[in-house]
Amino acid sequence: MSNPTDDSMDMSQFHGVFFDEAAEHLDRMEGLLLEIDITSADTEQLNAIFRAAHSIKGGAATFGFTDVTELTHEMETVFDKVRKGEMALIADLVDVFLASGDTLKALLAHRRGDGEAVPLEEVEALCLRLRAFLASEEEREGGASGTGRGGKARQMIELAFGPLDEGFASKSVDGVIADLADFGKLEEMVEPQDGGPATQRRFRMLTEVSLSDMNDTLGFMVSPDKVKVSLVEEQAQGGEPSATSAGAASEATSVGDEGFGLFVDAATLPANQPVSQPVGVVSGSVTPIKPAAKATQAPAAPSGEAASIRVSVDKVDQLINLVGELVITQAMLAQTASEADPVLYEALFNGLAQLQRNTRDLQESAMSIRMMPMSFVFSRFPRVVRDVAAKLGKDVELQTIGEGTELDKGLIERIIDPLTHLVRNSLDHGLESPEERVAKGKVRKGTITLRASHQGGSIVIEVSDDGRGLHRSKILGKARERGMEVSDDMTDQDVWKLIFEAGFSTADQITDVSGRGVGMDVVRRNIQEMGGRVEIETTADIGTRISIKLPLTLAILDGMSVRVGEEVFIIPLAYISESLQPSPDAMRSLHGNQHVVAVRGDYLPVLSLAQAFNVKADVEQYEKGILVIIESEGAKTALFVDSLVGQNQVVIKSLETNYRKVSGISGATIMGDGRVAMIVDVAYLVGLANSRLDKAA
Amino acid sequence: MMLQQANQTSAKAAAGADVQANEFLTFRLGAEEYGIEILKVQEIRGWEQPTTIANSPDFIKGVINLRGTIVPIVDLRIKFNLGSAEYNQFTVVIILNVAKRVVGAVVDSVSDVLTLTGEQIRPAPEFGGSLDMKHIVGLGTVDERMLILLDIERLMCSSDMALMDGGTAQ
Repeated sequence: MSNPTDDSMDMSQFHGVFFDEAAEHLDRMEGLLLEIDITSADTEQLNAIFRAAHSIKGGAATFGFTDVTELTHEMETVFDKVRKGEMALIADLVDVFLASGDTLKALLAHRRGDGEAVPLEEVEALCLRLRAFLASEEEREGGASGTGRGGKARQMIELAFGPLDEGFASKSVDGVIADLADFGKLEEMVEPQDGGPATQRRFRMLTEVSLSDMNDTLGFMVSPDKVKVSLVEEQAQGGEPSATSAGAASEATSVGDEGFGLFVDAATLPANQPVSQPVGVVSGSVTPIKPAAKATQAPAAPSGEAASIRVSVDKVDQLINLVGELVITQAMLAQTASEADPVLYEALFNGLAQLQRNTRDLQESAMSIRMMPMSFVFSRFPRVVRDVAAKLGKDVELQTIGEGTELDKGLIERIIDPLTHLVRNSLDHGLESPEERVAKGKVRKGTITLRASHQGGSIVIEVSDDGRGLHRSKILGKARERGMEVSDDMTDQDVWKLIFEAGFSTADQITDVSGRGVGMDVVRRNIQEMGGRVEIETTADIGTRISIKLPLTLAILDGMSVRVGEEVFIIPLAYISESLQPSPDAMRSLHGNQHVVAVRGDYLPVLSLAQAFNVKADVEQYEKGILVIIESEGAKTALFVDSLVGQNQVVIKSLETNYRKVSGISGATIMGDGRVAMIVDVAYLVGLANSRLDKAA
Repeated sequence: MMLQQANQTSAKAAAGADVQANEFLTFRLGAEEYGIEILKVQEIRGWEQPTTIANSPDFIKGVINLRGTIVPIVDLRIKFNLGSAEYNQFTVVIILNVAKRVVGAVVDSVSDVLTLTGEQIRPAPEFGGSLDMKHIVGLGTVDERMLILLDIERLMCSSDMALMDGGTAQ
């Protein structure tokens, strides 16, 4: 397939911008379509959808993407009618629009060079469906007006020529008008008195020719910026005059036009301008003009876009890397300078302190560039749930919690696919059909909850449903069928994990949505590739919760460095509640080798970091070392270390880049002296201490 | 297991038939001399004390900071039980680029870079040794010296090195 813009190289540099913008417009359109209340659509939303379609069409036309232009044109035409209140917004229309949006995405993806070509028939089919709406709408109106003549509906079209100048004299307008005489009778309208010099000539004609055909015809005669064609009133043949409703319609039209801001000076046409030709509507209001349509406010041109700029991710990453290096350099300087005499080098010390503050601020700002809220991911699920639930005939409500939780952009992009899979799975296998739910005494409507939160230095994303839960015996049976090695005395957790094996599906029936058993293994692999893990909690007939725990792979950490023997470890400051030197009588032993410490009435388990990490400590007695009280997920533990070294900001470096995951360690960092220090996994240590205590107790 | 055997046979076949003339970096582990493909070598550094990693096998000495990258250090002498694991100013770390990762290997000393032609490389004989035979590409002869040619990439990726996730799963 040849690219129509091959011969114009200078255009291609704008392609990227167009694709980005088109994608944003499509996303916004989809969001609005899903949000919109069909029974009482907000005009502002309708306008926004129209604008999105129009913007894509404009861009596509510029680059010669005819298929995109064609489809958006039809969308625009239909939605123009809807937003003007000339056509009712129905659920089918929303569906077609959503489908068109998908096709547009595919078309654009193909143009961009990724994704497969979209068959032309698909575009054609959508265009036809959209046209069918227009046709049925016209038919409906025609039928309602039913005066029996069977003629095509006529409409009053207004033609405004201008501005008139040397290049486009009044005389040429006469020529055009003469040519248009075939389409219907034209009548020139008198300019309003205060209209200034005659820069415009306006005509109205009653014609069977549609607005777009008229535009096309005029396009051959006059340059498009010299003429404006607008619909004044649709009218069935032989209609009775009804000046007031015509006036209302005319107002709606002109306000709508103004709102879009495409045409100049639409407001010079007074809303209730006397209509020189009898126009009207038969048998009440056939044209559904909703009061809302009249109330259309001229929306300001989207000005929010100017507040952001597009930057490639590579540039941001480069910036972050540089800032990371700067932080290390700053720490090195601070360390070297600490050996100097503060009295002699006071200015140097002040400068270094300021450098530290600035570096920290710079680092925070740089990091925040890459962070994106989870709403970026969650926002696409209403659509998924809507489509899949409709296909399965289920009644489902989607709840999203913690959309504001920020996650690195790289992770955000990679979490979408696994999450989509889990949600579809919940919809298909998790939730029962409405009848089954009612029979079980549950509410008819199933609920799927997406929740994101920060927990123990990780980001946890949960997909939970209130469906039937997992069935142990069913899974075990299936596993045996597949020839997997299972036994009846496996723990529940181990049984649930079986669903992540390749080719495993307990669905009784393979559906269009899921059940082929490809996927859960991919989900687990994707998540593991991100350094995360998946956990399942389920109760029969209550529901299932699948949690994805992702580590912070790219982040800055405020840490406390502690020393154990020769080694320095970093404890994330956020998990430290206090540090103390215990008095001998605060320590209690439990079964000989386990210890607890009394801190303000609480007994906390004591865990020696040297013991946990198998390193040699210098300090053996508790009262000579330091206890750092760490807290994770509500549980506290006293971590015994030799001494505190200091508080500093560290750049987290993944151990997994060149090595592998080490339990108890969440990452590594480079200290001021250039040495590597390990960042401890607080959640793991707290868990370890408590499990030891449980065993001892 | 099936896969490993298949690999082994194919490695043998490759060693016997068509090992191209290649440049090898040779190093010593105890009394033995080894050769690895020079293209896998990123650089050679002196020994510096790495930061130990909790609960790791004894041959993984820890990690070092190589210009901002965290690089694990493996002591091949401990891994293969060759020579004494002493660390002095002659101890050398070969920084390797294998499987898109950077790994450091501690050896006793680095000798030189040799070009071996096909006929200088003999297939490795079948015998049990401290070093799993599947990582040996062949034996090279230069004058009176014998070189053990290692497939360093496969060695570093193998599960018993415990360098990568998944390798230790079973």
